Amino acid sequence: MSQVATMHPGVEPAESPLTPESWGKLGMWIFLVGDAMGFGTLLAGYGAMRYGSADWPNPYSHLGISLTAFMTFLLICSSVTMVKALEAIKLERPRNVKLFLGLTILGGATFLGLQAFEWTKLITEGLKIYGNPWGASLFGTTFFIITGFHGAHVTGGVIYLSTILAVVGRSHNTARNYMLTEVAGLYWHFVDLVWIMVFTFVYLL
Amino acid sequence: MAATHAGPSYMTIFWWLFVLTIIEVGVIFTPIAKLVIAILLISLAVSKASLVAMYFMHLRFERLTLGLIAITPLFLGTLLVFLLVPDHSAVPHKTADSVKVAPAAGPR
Repeated sequence: MSQVATMHPGVEPAESPLTPESWGKLGMWIFLVGDAMGFGTLLAGYGAMRYGSADWPNPYSHLGISLTAFMTFLLICSSVTMVKALEAIKLERPRNVKLFLGLTILGGATFLGLQAFEWTKLITEGLKIYGNPWGASLFGTTFFIITGFHGAHVTGGVIYLSTILAVVGRSHNTARNYMLTEVAGLYWHFVDLVWIMVFTFVYLL
Repeated sequence: MAATHAGPSYMTIFWWLFVLTIIEVGVIFTPIAKLVIAILLISLAVSKASLVAMYFMHLRFERLTLGLIAITPLFLGTLLVFLLVPDHSAVPHKTADSVKVAPAAGPR
């Protein structure tokens, strides 16, 4: 039986055959697979609308690549700090755990701030959810829905990681801290992975 | 707790992701056919996503069944694209009812 199950036999009486570490990890994977289908559907719908339109604006001419490339870099950095936090738990360095989790949260919060700045700038330039000055009205609709759905995930991730930081920061149970942070990390890396696809399909293609 | 995994360090993966992102941004300004650009961009995005899933999400070190579950959305997403092919092949049209929004007046 896994260490977590040994310590909390009433909570996790049996091993998950796929993720012996914890049932929580399997639960998160199943959630992420479902969530990936949601994003996949949005991106496939975006593709269908785009290729069915003859006046779709050139995204990178209007959306601005430099800022979003920096936002991509920021999320990649936050993924690195997330795995570093997990590594610090394994090495039993609580100060580093707090530092790296804090940096991950800061990365996510900065991403949200930059997204708010980007949205404000584009709305000022005329991009609305129902239309825009450059071509097909669905350009704005798909942009706001896809980036907004992702932004909601980042917001959820920042709240989730802040909760994990509060819990892990007070607990000295290494096995439990590792399990909680690993499951939260899966969610955070997924948010990064989805942004990689959104950046390519919505901004670059 | 998970065992220590052998494989490239997290910083190696970070640098790969960084370099692939720079290549992605460079590709869109390359004077080549749009189809080639699209194929390159999608390949680069899939490579980056795979690196994140395999190393940051530790999928490479998980059981095969979990890996198969994790890539299910990729197959279903591809199927969805083929289901939408009739829409893609429809005659491209200008959205006649497009709402053209005038740019906001700047400061005077």
